[in-house]
Amino acid sequence: MSVPHDFELNRRDLMVGGSTLAAMTAVPAAVKAQPNSTGGAALSNISLTVNGQAHALELDTRTTLLDALREHLHLTGSKKGCDHGQCGACTVLIDGRRVNSCLTLAIMNEGMEITTIEGLGAPDQLHPMQAAFIKHDGYQCGYCTPGQICSGVAVLGEIKAGIPSHVTPDLMQPVTASDEEIRERMSGNICRCGAYSNIVEAMTEVAGRQG
Amino acid sequence: MRAFTYERAASPVQAAAAAAANPGAKFIAGGTNLLDLMKLEIETPSHLIDVNGLGLDTIETIPEGGLRIGALVRNTDLAADERVRRDYGVLSRAILAGASGQLRNRATTAGNLLQRTRCPYFYDTAQPCNKRQPGSGCSAIGGFSRQLGIVGTSEACIATNPSDMAVGLRVLDATIETVKPDATTRRIPIAEFHRLPGDTPHIETVLEPGEFITAVTLPSPVGGKHVYRKVRDRASYAFALVSVATVLQQDGTGRVAVGGIAHKPWRVEAAEAELPRGAKAAAERLLAGAKPTHDNAFKMPLVERALGSVLDETRS
Repeated sequence: MSVPHDFELNRRDLMVGGSTLAAMTAVPAAVKAQPNSTGGAALSNISLTVNGQAHALELDTRTTLLDALREHLHLTGSKKGCDHGQCGACTVLIDGRRVNSCLTLAIMNEGMEITTIEGLGAPDQLHPMQAAFIKHDGYQCGYCTPGQICSGVAVLGEIKAGIPSHVTPDLMQPVTASDEEIRERMSGNICRCGAYSNIVEAMTEVAGRQG
Repeated sequence: MRAFTYERAASPVQAAAAAAANPGAKFIAGGTNLLDLMKLEIETPSHLIDVNGLGLDTIETIPEGGLRIGALVRNTDLAADERVRRDYGVLSRAILAGASGQLRNRATTAGNLLQRTRCPYFYDTAQPCNKRQPGSGCSAIGGFSRQLGIVGTSEACIATNPSDMAVGLRVLDATIETVKPDATTRRIPIAEFHRLPGDTPHIETVLEPGEFITAVTLPSPVGGKHVYRKVRDRASYAFALVSVATVLQQDGTGRVAVGGIAHKPWRVEAAEAELPRGAKAAAERLLAGAKPTHDNAFKMPLVERALGSVLDETRS
């Protein structure tokens, strides 16, 4: 059966279109973080700096950073898994530190430097962690991967900064990027495909290169 | 999530006054627990007061001894602070045993103290829960209670406080500093900060409406060997079944607080007098009057054995 070209919509177009429509119907008037006359959504004008670029948005105060990134800025690399901070698929960097973007409101992050997977590297200029994940096959389905890579980059930074973990043997000694340290520190990123051992290899290679 | 209005607090006392003036208001700092609960409509604030801009994010050395930890110091920064690692190792260890790296980067000192219970029935809005809906009944009593409390429980609630950090603060005799809406301040010993459930399990702390935590202080270091031993169903990123925070001195005396067994970090001074005699004697005093359920009776021997392994390791 042939489908007229104009009617071919992929799933993403449909979802983006749907959310745009929802956003439009939810915008009655310019109010700043105040409820509208029907007692519904409170809207606020906010600016977010994502991957070095400033964006002005009018958002429902309820909008999480994750939803602002995905539904409003169309940066769909960060993924929504559990939406409760348990799976890590939404991990982004805020002022260089890894955070679950599902558990922070967009409005709380004005003035912060937000880095998503799209800002870490580009297809023709991969971040070393992205390249290492490809080389070591650190994923299967790829859904958790942007969160794993953002988390992985931050973990190596935390180790370098001497931040201890649950498995650090001595709190007063320097921390090394051992397998045990990497596994413990990555426990907030779940991979349903079970690519964990390859993720550890990828991170170990990047850690070694950084010295 | 229910709709809410939003403001950024200008000062601690302004935040307290704004919260007191609006019964539907909540403070938000890290937001890692509050937003989780708001998505489930277990918490339904009509107004959020964002306190992240207030500073309160440094750890100061108190001239006469001890540390003052700002309410907004992130869990990662508190655990990594060199003075904490050196002099209050049990606190670093307790924090690092909890949550995930992402959550610790965001969660604050005061927010950690104010997190709600993870009782599965508190989270399940289809079930009665006296903590979520006062007077509706407790589904955990007679329900699935493996994770839940064995001491200090009531007929209304057997939930446990999930914080590891609070157990470390309890064994160190921390004090919580607050400011009230009328600008008066008070200092609350951590022993008195969390309440037992009684017949009002929905009231978890002694804070008054609007009262705002500004800092947590630690007394001068007490030396000794600091250990935090957490027993859980996974090796990482899971709540404690039982956790034991100890500060043990060379002469065999020491302190112990236990997590995962009560509505608050559990410490019994009479049990500490028994520490030189061993884990069995100390655990008997710690667990005096315990009322475990069929599902969590295993926590009784687990407390003794976790403490025993810490004592053996420390004294060997």
